[in-house]
Amino acid sequence: MIRFTDVFLRYPGGTEALKRINLYIEQGAMAFVTGRSGAGKTSLLRLIALIERHDRGQIIVNGQNLERVRGRRVPLFRRSIGFMFQDHRLLNDRTVFDNVALPLVVAGYRYQEVRRRVHAALDKVGLLTKENIYPVALSGGEQQRVGLARAVVHRPAVLLADEPTGNLDPALSWESMQLFEQFNQVGVTVLIASHDLGMIRKMKKRIITLRDGRLLSHIGQTLDQ
Amino acid sequence: MNARTKTRRRRSPRQPARAVKAWFSQHVRALVFSLGQFARNPGSNLLSAAVIGISLALPAAFYLILDNAEQVLDNWEGTIRVSLFLKQDVSADQARNLAATLRGEDGIRDVRYISREQALAEYKKQSGLDAALNGLEENPLPAVLVVTPALESLASSRGEALLARLKGLAQVDSARYDSRWIQRLLAILRILQRGVIILSCLLGVAVLLIVGNTIRLAINNRRTEIEINKLFGATNGFVQRPFLYSGLVHGVAGGLIAWLLVGGALLLLNGPITHLASLYHSEFHLHGLGLARLLLLAGVGGFLGVAGSWLAVQRHLRAADIN
Repeated sequence: MIRFTDVFLRYPGGTEALKRINLYIEQGAMAFVTGRSGAGKTSLLRLIALIERHDRGQIIVNGQNLERVRGRRVPLFRRSIGFMFQDHRLLNDRTVFDNVALPLVVAGYRYQEVRRRVHAALDKVGLLTKENIYPVALSGGEQQRVGLARAVVHRPAVLLADEPTGNLDPALSWESMQLFEQFNQVGVTVLIASHDLGMIRKMKKRIITLRDGRLLSHIGQTLDQ
Repeated sequence: MNARTKTRRRRSPRQPARAVKAWFSQHVRALVFSLGQFARNPGSNLLSAAVIGISLALPAAFYLILDNAEQVLDNWEGTIRVSLFLKQDVSADQARNLAATLRGEDGIRDVRYISREQALAEYKKQSGLDAALNGLEENPLPAVLVVTPALESLASSRGEALLARLKGLAQVDSARYDSRWIQRLLAILRILQRGVIILSCLLGVAVLLIVGNTIRLAINNRRTEIEINKLFGATNGFVQRPFLYSGLVHGVAGGLIAWLLVGGALLLLNGPITHLASLYHSEFHLHGLGLARLLLLAGVGGFLGVAGSWLAVQRHLRAADIN
């Protein structure tokens, strides 16, 4: 569950990235955040992952008031979140296995458990045969799926994806949307920032539109920009 | 919410034994990771370890020089004596009594009495002025008490106090130290010791800075990795651990290199020094760097390495958050 109440975000230098955002996403929902570049899509996701701190208002994620999540609580909070980047951000000096294992290693899981879960995640995204390959040897679509496996391997309650299909062709985009939907069906709350309106509409999920940092509407898939 | 609390419980091991095991395995993992990083880029890592090694080798070498110089001087320190020239009117009995009293005193190891006749005979023998001295009507030489001070009374200024006290005795005409230069040399050595301590501190700071800079570069090179780790919930401890271990590895490697450098220098010097010692009929042997010193160097290197990387980590890692 994610709830924004009158949330403002101002970057150093005075730019207001988000203005009075009110938002509610129920647990286990799947939603898209859309809008032009600079509308605040990424900022919204970064607030949820505590990469940025909001200036005013209140954000509640998984029942936790983010204002109270500070210091040592931040790492623990982040372990309940999975994050995907547009540029994948895989570590090129580590194999696919080690990249996907990272969230588990960070949380201190034992090796047997790590291996079991990494294999399960890689199997899910169809890359089990490539576990010992380095990311540079993978195609863009495969790298994106490694990023997805890494984002879900620790079974987060919330999956955040920032332009996950930005660099993929329509067929691959559609495929990864199916994957997101599968994870959503097993109970993960999924929030995807994307400007690929055509594809988003086909997904028939809730759409949250931002313009210049304001919430335009999140009524539904009937919205036209 | 329910799912969250459940996962959280699974993640924090309950039993203390398991917690200790998890903690231990995290540290082993970080150490192995750091060693792997070191081995993966041996050129530049060895280079910075060598710089640390040279910085540690310099004070180690100076300590060794001082240590050996002290060893030489210790042998000579026993030869320092005070000669008390007695007044002409002091009788032989009085002189013997005085010698006996002094012998019982603190700070004095031995007193030898040389009568006027013995002194003359000795002087005749040594000077070769037999005939000239025979011509003298009276023995011009005073009786002498040769006082050997205890070694500890030579330390610092107590030697001077002893001399002043002996000079003040009623029967004593004058008193002076033999082999005074040894004392002066000892004093100079003490000054040099201080100098070496200061130098060691400066070079220690240099090691801190070298390690700090190496770690700072490592942090910059692995920024993405740090960001990803933090984003997926790594604690600060988890993120900084490999860097601290990397500092430790660099420091210990530097200590080993310092040991090898000084050891090599000793090997080169040992031959000529033994030769020189044999010319002095001395049993002198160079004090080398034993296992204890190796451990000390590695320990000092390791400590400075961890301290230096800790400083770098505090400055650069905490500031580096996710972009």
